Amino acid sequence: MTAVSPDLDRRFRDAAASENLLDVAYDLVDTPIGTLLIAATERGFCRIAYDAEPDRELERLARAFGVRVLRSALPIDPARRQLDEYFDGRRHRFDLPLDIALLADFNRRVLRELARVPYGDVVTYGELAARAARPRAARAVGTVMHRNPLPIVLPCHRVIGANGKLVGYGGGLERKEALLRLEGALL
Amino acid sequence: MTLPPFERFYEEHREEIFSFLVRRLGRARAEDAFQETFLRALRAYPKLRHGEHLRAWAYTIASRIAIDEHRRPRPDAELPELAALDGRPAFAQLEHLADELPPTERAAVVLRYGYDLDYAEIGVALGSNATAARQAASAGIRRLRRKELQ
Repeated sequence: MTAVSPDLDRRFRDAAASENLLDVAYDLVDTPIGTLLIAATERGFCRIAYDAEPDRELERLARAFGVRVLRSALPIDPARRQLDEYFDGRRHRFDLPLDIALLADFNRRVLRELARVPYGDVVTYGELAARAARPRAARAVGTVMHRNPLPIVLPCHRVIGANGKLVGYGGGLERKEALLRLEGALL
Repeated sequence: MTLPPFERFYEEHREEIFSFLVRRLGRARAEDAFQETFLRALRAYPKLRHGEHLRAWAYTIASRIAIDEHRRPRPDAELPELAALDGRPAFAQLEHLADELPPTERAAVVLRYGYDLDYAEIGVALGSNATAARQAASAGIRRLRRKELQ
């Protein structure tokens, strides 16, 4: 039988990544809240997707970053490791390079502020808008959260409504609740 | 037709390209050629203007690599010694001589020059390793040379 062995397949994918031939490397990562599709460019991690339909997600990545999109575990390993630690409760901060260069200025500014919201804490949409110097843009901040390309690592689950309700989450409210419970922000 | 993400191209063509390379080069050499084929494809991929004829394109790259691989002298080849003597003999001409070799040397020579296996594979077949296989083939060839000269 002359099938491509898993070992040969992996060697090709590793070589493609280590020779810097990829626009985007991605892999699927299992976590307690489901399988995530995680993608990275050579500048940093650019996408974490819940319930991804790979076909559609790969098309989107190719359009945004270039057609050389290939599944390759090697470049995704740091995120896999840190997420394991996070879900084990052993990590409170992510230390990963991020590639959010393609986002609009306002989105980048909001996400930068979001990154400062600490583990175990929550903030309201309005408060986050104020921190990003746009105090009346709570609704726009909601949209930025909904389109957050890197959930969990950029902790949009820590943003809640002024009335204390969880409001919404791109990955579904159950996940938002699970993450906040893990961090001890919800009892 | 727009160019699909490389992952799709790779998934769609890897099996048939690998089978093609195995037919052309044998399994051991096909693995390196396979990797080289898709790395070369990856380098050129962004320059393609559309997603048509990708299968033919993949075969073209693989064929070129298979041809290069055929031309490339093998660092472990032993026959040039003989070839230098009186032109490279066809294996068929040596086979009857090989019958008289000690069993391990005979097996190593037959597998190497009759069936084109590499030393790692011959080592496995002989229950030893590549180095031992190379030594056995080399000793067998020396013995055959002496016989030919007689």
